[in-house]
Amino acid sequence: MSTATSLNDETEARIAWLDTALEFGSKAVKTIAIPLVGIVIFLFFWAATAQNVKTSLGQFPGPAAVLEQFGTLYEEHRNERVKETGFYERQDVRNAKRMAADPGYQPKVRGYTGKETFLDQIVTSLITVMSGFLVAAIIAIPLGIAIGLNKTLNAAVNPIIQIFKPVSPLAWLPLVTMLVSATYVSSDPMIAKSFLNSMITVTLCCLWPMVINSSLGVASINKDLINVSKVLRLPAIKHVQKIVIPASIPMIFTGMRMSLGVAWMVLIAAEMLAQSPGLGKFVWDEFQNGSSNSLARIMAAVLMIGFIGFLLDRGMLAIQRRVSWDKSTASN
Amino acid sequence: MSEKLDISNISMDFPTPNGPFTALKDVSLKIREGEFVSLIGHSGCGKSTVLNVVAGLHQATSGGVILNGKEVKEPGPERAVVFQNHSLLPWLSAYENVELAVKQVFGSDKTKAETKEWIEHNLKLVHMDHAMDKRPDEISGGMKQRVGIARALAMQPEILLMDEPFGALDALTRAHMQDSLMDIQAELNNTVIMITHDVDEAVLLSDRIVMMTNGPAATIGEILEVDLERPRDRLALAEDPKYVHLRSEVLKFLYEKQRKVESISGGKTKVKKSLKARAA
Repeated sequence: MSTATSLNDETEARIAWLDTALEFGSKAVKTIAIPLVGIVIFLFFWAATAQNVKTSLGQFPGPAAVLEQFGTLYEEHRNERVKETGFYERQDVRNAKRMAADPGYQPKVRGYTGKETFLDQIVTSLITVMSGFLVAAIIAIPLGIAIGLNKTLNAAVNPIIQIFKPVSPLAWLPLVTMLVSATYVSSDPMIAKSFLNSMITVTLCCLWPMVINSSLGVASINKDLINVSKVLRLPAIKHVQKIVIPASIPMIFTGMRMSLGVAWMVLIAAEMLAQSPGLGKFVWDEFQNGSSNSLARIMAAVLMIGFIGFLLDRGMLAIQRRVSWDKSTASN
Repeated sequence: MSEKLDISNISMDFPTPNGPFTALKDVSLKIREGEFVSLIGHSGCGKSTVLNVVAGLHQATSGGVILNGKEVKEPGPERAVVFQNHSLLPWLSAYENVELAVKQVFGSDKTKAETKEWIEHNLKLVHMDHAMDKRPDEISGGMKQRVGIARALAMQPEILLMDEPFGALDALTRAHMQDSLMDIQAELNNTVIMITHDVDEAVLLSDRIVMMTNGPAATIGEILEVDLERPRDRLALAEDPKYVHLRSEVLKFLYEKQRKVESISGGKTKVKKSLKARAA
């Protein structure tokens, strides 16, 4: 009798285990296997089509050629770094020798001026987009909250926002470039002008979605919550701090995610157009270079741009999940 | 008992594109200390407007509200409001929602320990001490309303204003909440104005029922004294002839004297229009 029950228990436990295993398996299929199948099919079509397309720069690159270029790009980066350390070592040795010969000699230290590699350009683009985005957030979020709180201010600013919102930030680029060269005059600039140009362009395109969403978030706060604040006689600062900001956080984040996505797209185009360092310049340089590898290298850059854009969005989402109380707006 | 609140001749006009819409006309009511008064009437009769004027959220076009001999001009915690839709801050836990009110009202009058004790005391009063750290989206509708009541009670108001506090709850939860409210009322003896749609609720809870006529230009139609013994028990009262009589008085007022003449759909659009005008 007792052995029978224990046997039963054992089978039951085994079945339960099997159930969880199966459930886990089906989840794995959904989250990993199916997307993987999609990617494989895409790669197959890409490879098949690329084979049949001939351009003046040779065959259109397939997945294999692009993968190879990723390797080459990394190799070039490492070689460049080796050259750079070599350069500084030689400079140090040279300076030491001259110091030994003549104690009064002032050693000259020159920076290395090699070509920026693919990885350098990625870092430059990321720094540019993040700084432009942060500057925009610092301006736009307080402005949006103020506009949401004050109907008069809203009426005054709204037409300006509505006019500037649909303008492609690239249209600003020439104006920004001229403005920066006119106002930012320094013989030894701490921040490169080209960096400022792209950064300001990014800021301009981030501004509007963030202002609009922040003000909308503030303006659409539940009236009952405002009444709670009135009944409690919360002073203005506390009202903003305890009611307005927390209530509009979900909308503010929606605006931030939207503008970061747009900013990344715009930045690449701005770099291409303005020839300021970054991934966009890399793409343009490769295009102008026109070697047989160029298309594969551009394709590698395209994939990288997409992947980084995806990571930026996921990053914002992760921050939103940590900060926002409203988990329903923080999905996807 | 002394007179606590004097609503004196208040009228309320809302501006609309077609000229002012008179929602209330000459509403006068005196409320004693510790009295529980219900306002009952059909939708759109301006019950909420009366409450909002007393709360200070609306300004009466003419007339005024006097609390303890002082005129009411703006909202304040001495007239705490329990809103129909709980209106808890969704990013704060039950404890923190009450805490915001307590800190604002008492500030440095209470030490940290006293503040904590007072918050917990009020949550215990509404039987929510087991879920103090839960956020509004993690608790049921009835529980949210309890926290809303705890928040209002924690302000130690001179008068408690309740705007259909149980209107959004299912019948069983509502009965349970009414019993809790009677217990709390027996303990604290607050002065309360409650708006309700529910005839049984009005008779069960109130000392007086104020019945309002239909709008526009709504005013007080009749006032019914509810002289039932306290504590009241809903089961015993259900067959009590006095209770049955009071109940039928209210029903008669609502469905005979103040029967809505216009068809239901027509009435609704009118209400909607006036609401739109109000929003604009």
